[in-house]
Amino acid sequence: MTDVLVPTSAEEAATAFGDGSGITVLAGGTLVVPAIKLGRLRPERTLFLGRAGLGGIESAQGTVKIGATTAIAELVDAAPEPLATFARHVADYEIRGQATIGGNLCAPGGGTTPTGDLQAPLLALGARVRSVGAGGERTDSIDDFLAAGPAGRLVVEIEVDPPKRAAATAVRRPHAHAYSVLGVAAAETANGVRVAVLGAGPRAVRAGSVEQALAGGAAAKDAAAKVLDDVEPQDDALASAWYRRQVLPGLVERALEELR
Amino acid sequence: MRLIVNGIERELTSEPLEPLLHALREELGITSPKAGCQEGGCGGCTVLVDGEPRRACLLPLAAVDGASVTTAEGVGEPGRLSTVQAAFHEQYGIQCGFCTPGFVLATTALLERNPSPTRDEILADLGGHVCRCTGYVKIVAAVEAAARGDVSADALNAGGTGSSRGEPEVVVTGSPA
Repeated sequence: MTDVLVPTSAEEAATAFGDGSGITVLAGGTLVVPAIKLGRLRPERTLFLGRAGLGGIESAQGTVKIGATTAIAELVDAAPEPLATFARHVADYEIRGQATIGGNLCAPGGGTTPTGDLQAPLLALGARVRSVGAGGERTDSIDDFLAAGPAGRLVVEIEVDPPKRAAATAVRRPHAHAYSVLGVAAAETANGVRVAVLGAGPRAVRAGSVEQALAGGAAAKDAAAKVLDDVEPQDDALASAWYRRQVLPGLVERALEELR
Repeated sequence: MRLIVNGIERELTSEPLEPLLHALREELGITSPKAGCQEGGCGGCTVLVDGEPRRACLLPLAAVDGASVTTAEGVGEPGRLSTVQAAFHEQYGIQCGFCTPGFVLATTALLERNPSPTRDEILADLGGHVCRCTGYVKIVAAVEAAARGDVSADALNAGGTGSSRGEPEVVVTGSPA
């Protein structure tokens, strides 16, 4: 049997999390509960965040602050693009009402189907991730947060600045869940155009080669072709790596055209 | 853990990480939520939590402590079906019946927030529910009929037993009756 900690404030949650060792974080439950039930995960201690008051979206001085346990359904109407569009296509109506942005950000990659669809738009937006853990509170760029992985960090809040323009393209496979085979998020931010790809590797990645080509004045089609330098597509239950390589440059090109 | 299930306050002794689905089925004997995929992908376990459709297989009890849960047993009863249940019955929206409680609850919530959904809205919002008999044409027809209130008195009274038919009263576990 596992201990279940149920903090009722952000401070209590941070204290209970400590440095995160031996802690399994549970919020919406859509990934963690089946993993426990089916025996893939055996938590020593479980930190349930549903009553910690970490949900909600607020806007101040042009920055949108999204609490870690904000349901994905709430992003559909209230988050800046391309985050809203990606949120609209996560799983299904019931799951979107239950799953959280923090859980999606911390979703483990490399499973039989891609998870963490919101990582791509958060990368494109250049989001900032506020977290607690060993050494206290800190704010990381989304790039650094995803590169290091969520181990030892408890996500508290995600900040995004609405971009000048945004675009989202994706190939989805309809099932009871609409699984994303591939997704491309692009945003024109204060620091130039950022492009991120979902579904071509264990987690979402920046398409740095595409961004550099664009900054150098390349046409959308030529810049988009560079995306294959940035990704390592995988074979999984949804599609082959070969298929992903064939389709991805076209998806990037469409996103860049949409951004104009 | 304390829950209100179909209007009745219940004290549960299952572990806090036990999915609501198993607590309902195994501790309370309420079996309309179905254990299908148990990973959130089939919709068969859908219940209403404080009026919102949720996957009971994905909700730990800790997340629903103090909440009000409605299962198919709580939206109507044999002989006094809800409009949605009657429409599924009358439009043949039920084949094997395994997915039906989930569809009925999701439809009940859908019509609550959007009383006249378009066909596309129905398909989008019920998209998380799988019918392996592939009876979707009739299921969508049932949702549309329920939205119009197009159900007969016979359908609303379906399943009724008791003295009028010379049969014993049916007691449905978990229903408020």
